[in-house]
Amino acid sequence: MAEQSTITFIITRQNDPNSDPYEETFNIPYRKNMNVISGLMEIQKNPVNANGEKTTPVMWDMNCLEEVCGACSMVINGTARQSCAALVDTLEQPIRLEPMSTFPVVRDLIVDRERMFDALKQVKAWIPIDGTHDLGPGPRMPEKKRQWAYELSKCMTCGVCLEACPNVNDKSNFIGPAAISQARLFNAHPTGEMNASDRLEGLMDEGGISGCGNSQNCVQVCPKGIPLTTSIAAMNRATNIQAFKNFFGSDNAH
Amino acid sequence: MAGQREYFYRRLHSLLGVVPIGIFLVQHLVVNHFAVYGEESFNTAAGFMGNLPFVLLLEIFIIYLPILYHAILGVYIALTANYSLKNYGYFRNWMFALQRITGLITLVFIAWHVWETRVQIGLGNAEVEYSLMEGILSSPFMLWFYLIGVISTVFHFANGLWSFCVSWGITQSQKSQRVLTYVTVFVFLAVSYLGVRTIIQFAFGV
Ligand code: HEM
Ligand code: SF4
Ligand code: FES
Repeated sequence: MAEQSTITFIITRQNDPNSDPYEETFNIPYRKNMNVISGLMEIQKNPVNANGEKTTPVMWDMNCLEEVCGACSMVINGTARQSCAALVDTLEQPIRLEPMSTFPVVRDLIVDRERMFDALKQVKAWIPIDGTHDLGPGPRMPEKKRQWAYELSKCMTCGVCLEACPNVNDKSNFIGPAAISQARLFNAHPTGEMNASDRLEGLMDEGGISGCGNSQNCVQVCPKGIPLTTSIAAMNRATNIQAFKNFFGSDNAH
Repeated sequence: MAGQREYFYRRLHSLLGVVPIGIFLVQHLVVNHFAVYGEESFNTAAGFMGNLPFVLLLEIFIIYLPILYHAILGVYIALTANYSLKNYGYFRNWMFALQRITGLITLVFIAWHVWETRVQIGLGNAEVEYSLMEGILSSPFMLWFYLIGVISTVFHFANGLWSFCVSWGITQSQKSQRVLTYVTVFVFLAVSYLGVRTIIQFAFGV
């Protein structure tokens, strides 16, 4: 026996990237153990708003439905999180859904997270191994290091940390915490380390690590529990040392 | 390299907050605290500082230019942040906001304070003397203005030490950052005591 037979969503919608946002309310039948996405699916099946008017179905992004792809992030009752992992029973009613404000809206709850991929390019968050000949197996990684590096590798580029960061906004060009932590991940890798300075230079470029003001919201909201603020401090240390090496000269500035 | 100018400017901003501005702040409050030991003591201590060789050069390069740089970039930094305490009311986010708010309060306070003391002394309208501060702080409005100004400046300095240690990669682990929070709270209380005690001395003569 459910105590309530309907649940209410108040959704901030937008028809296309250039039109104005508006709110629309929906009442949908309650089922046990619903998550926000199953609520959105209900609306998709029967796109009628709370006034009984037929409307366009609400659009959102999703993929894995198990909190590993990062596509379904949105602002739920004021905080950014994954809608696939947001259980209706744990949310206050009415449930307010908004697109993440840090990113341009594509439509309704779908945002364009391209700036995060640009940021990964800026810090060269990959390991270049392609060459003219087989390089053979790479060096091994100490187990202890692998353990913490594995934690960093869980990032799914979901954007929640950027949304929560007060310095990631349209007045600043700060790339945000995720890419900084990824630079640390690839610099920790024994092969990746060979290009460590390239990533540090990326972090020192415009919009890089110096945009961080230590509000530390990122580490509180990251659904993967990534130690983002430790990564930022580690990369602060590494970029500072790199800057000194660059200026005074060093044979270890690679 | 040209793209790294912003990085350099921000690191310089952070460094100047501690060296020399932060060091100057603590020195300034320690010297002023001599007022508590009597008018004579204060005049001797302040007179010593005021009669250092090349005092104008020292002031310009250790105080005015660094504060001007730190303040101008600081206002820009404060205005380019979003404040999100409603949805993200975590302790550090509060400190983040307070760092910026106290920076702005400090700017107003320092501007007025320098105008009222150093500029007037430079113009020959006043002397570096116990009675100058005694006169200023005899007004209740000024008393509150100075109390708020000093506490806000010291908060900004103490919390700034915390973020300085992160910006320079000194405190990397969560644990060291937590311990540094306690240390900077202590710095805040200790240095605030110095400042507030001195103000009470000037205002009430006790
Ligand atoms: C007695 C005067 C001042 C002292 C001792 C001082 C000290 C500091 C210190 C130590 C920091 C930390 C640097 C870091 O985070 O790495 C800081 C940061 C900051 N200061 Fe000041 N400051 C003073 C005046 C001002 C003024 C007048 C403003 C103007 C609004 C200001 C704005 C800021 C801002 C916005 C930050 C944060 C920078 C960041 O997070 O990157 N400060 N200050
Ligand atoms: S660091 Fe965490 S919050 Fe940020 S994008 Fe990656 S998974 Fe999302
Ligand atoms: S759908 Fe992949 S994280 Fe939610």
